[in-house]
Amino acid sequence: MSGLSIENLSMRFDLPNGSAVQALKDVSLDLAEGELMSVLGPSGCGKTTLLNIVAGFLAPTEGVIRMNGHAVHGPDAERGMVFQKGALFEWMSVRDNVSFGPRMAGKREADYGEEVDHLLEIVGLQDFKEKAIYELSGGMQQRVALARCLANHPDVILMDEPLGALDALTREKMQSLVLKLWKETGKTIILITHSVEEALLLGERLLVMAPRPGRIHREYRLPFADLGVGQDLREVKKHPDFAVKREEILGMIWDMEEEIMGRSEEAS
Amino acid sequence: MWFLDLMAEFRDVFITVVQALPYIAAYIGIILLTLMIWRFIKRLLTPKKDYGSLKTVTFGDESAVASNYAASAISILLIFVMWGAFTGSRLVPSFLHAPGPFVGTTSFTYTAEADGQAPDEATVTVRVFEVGQEGDAPEVEPGDGWAKNDSDSIGAWRSGLIRVDKNDDYGRKEGHRVTAVNGQAIAPGQSVETENGRVGMSPKGTLNFEPAKGWQMEPIWLPAPEAVWSRFMEIASEGYRGSTLLEHLSYSLFRVFAGFILGALIGIPLGYAMGLSDWFRGWFDPIVEFMRPVPPLALIPLVIIWAGIGEEGKVILLFLAALWIMAIAARAGVSGVAISKVHAAYSLGASKTQIMRHVIVPNSLPEIFTGARVAMGVCWGTVVAAELVAAEKGAGMMIMVASKFQLTDIVIMGIILIGIIGFGIDILMRLAERALVPWKGKI
Repeated sequence: MSGLSIENLSMRFDLPNGSAVQALKDVSLDLAEGELMSVLGPSGCGKTTLLNIVAGFLAPTEGVIRMNGHAVHGPDAERGMVFQKGALFEWMSVRDNVSFGPRMAGKREADYGEEVDHLLEIVGLQDFKEKAIYELSGGMQQRVALARCLANHPDVILMDEPLGALDALTREKMQSLVLKLWKETGKTIILITHSVEEALLLGERLLVMAPRPGRIHREYRLPFADLGVGQDLREVKKHPDFAVKREEILGMIWDMEEEIMGRSEEAS
Repeated sequence: MWFLDLMAEFRDVFITVVQALPYIAAYIGIILLTLMIWRFIKRLLTPKKDYGSLKTVTFGDESAVASNYAASAISILLIFVMWGAFTGSRLVPSFLHAPGPFVGTTSFTYTAEADGQAPDEATVTVRVFEVGQEGDAPEVEPGDGWAKNDSDSIGAWRSGLIRVDKNDDYGRKEGHRVTAVNGQAIAPGQSVETENGRVGMSPKGTLNFEPAKGWQMEPIWLPAPEAVWSRFMEIASEGYRGSTLLEHLSYSLFRVFAGFILGALIGIPLGYAMGLSDWFRGWFDPIVEFMRPVPPLALIPLVIIWAGIGEEGKVILLFLAALWIMAIAARAGVSGVAISKVHAAYSLGASKTQIMRHVIVPNSLPEIFTGARVAMGVCWGTVVAAELVAAEKGAGMMIMVASKFQLTDIVIMGIILIGIIGFGIDILMRLAERALVPWKGKI
């Protein structure tokens, strides 16, 4: 069996003061190969914790993650990660950042060189190969991070608010790029975001999570990601269903936030 | 009581500071004056054109304040001009010189009394010669009366006892005593200002002439710039205390580099171990945190007891000075690595060794360079201090020995060289930093 399956995942953090936080409770889902799933939810719903467990940076207190049939224990090259702020290596050139994975695997320039150059071309950085990371803009840095992840051929790409730190215009361009890369490479992608629009545009599947304890609230299957592959994302946003779905999900998250506020007011 | 003594010391310091205030104010006045002159010149020369000149808010805008090279040049020039003016340097035009000490022939009169004799007056002629020259007392007529005229010769900035009764008809046995100088009454312990100096009277009644010192500094306090320069040329070619200047400086530098490199070789791996393992962190934290605040200078006595005053002792001292700084810098460098970078490297399939080599070590380099700059500065200061205490060769030893013989020109030359080398070391470290960790401060 290929793909990713999350089975009855629970995560409890014990705090030093004796209390405990239930970050995730009984989360289960299956992701088929080539699916793009966006995850949305109010702050504190455990979406980043979920991603960190899938990446292998955290061990769950209960449940198991299966990747291609085997259980996950710790980070691995099969699950690539794109962070909110690039997490690039400043001491390497753009090209050395992108070729980091193959180089660590002991491959030689002859093996990976052509592909790395091709990836840099796809993300539009062919003229910046030998530049230093600090010479690039935020959007360019995120493109390097995407290319670095792809160059390592992961089965699943995990994105933790990868476009969150970018300005609106750059963000729109990057959304198109993510869709293009998804279609061209056929990778399985989990994308965490704060933006309802982004989740709708990019998510073939959209998971809305609820907080305290973190759990799956609702799941959608959406047509917009497929629509967006061929055309301008601004056209997709004009789709009548898009506005309806956006209002529905915004309302849902708004209610959850209200509830959290109310509860914390009661507590205090 | 010790507390009152301490308070009295504080009061003395305070009074000294207050007395210095007019001079500080004058110096600041010069700075502001040159500033205004410079502004005026600049307005004449260059019309506004760069972006910075279009800013209307500059007071409080840090980015609008860059070091003004003209001010730096004038500042350095002014130091040399003041140095030259107060030492009578030949490099400074003589109209800028501060009044020098009196040189030439001067005289004063004294009135003496003796038992049973009427008061009589006589003249004392003094020839004041320049430092380094020898002079004989001028020939004078004895004059009339029982008190005879005297003469003497004194070096500038010196003073001399003048036994005016020696050639008089009635000496001390007959009750000879001086009652006035230049007509002004004088008694033991008092003094009278004359035209070109000051006449004092010792408790036993002997006169003492001190020629006017002027405003210039005596060479044993502050030699002229050219004297320091010629001493520099002399020592550079002939050496001092059996070693050439290059040898002295090389020994100091060798000690610094040997101590620093040993300190870095041990300190950096130690810092890495402390940053990567809680056991190592726990083990060495008390040692490092205790030793870091101990000034290396405080270790000099112990190092001398243990290792003597030879090279081993110096290198051990500098090793200890650099060790803790480098260990703490390396530890901070490891702790400062963003966890997302380590996570990213793991997700890209890197092993622990590869993460160490490709992520943790390069990521810690900026911190290590900062530590290295601090450590080199501390080592350079420590080596000079250690050489002041005890050494056979070295920059510090050179100025310490020279000070014992009051060779102020060597002391000043040494201080300038030590400053230049310390500055040079820092510049070199900065250049190395820019070349090796260009991403520093840009993340």
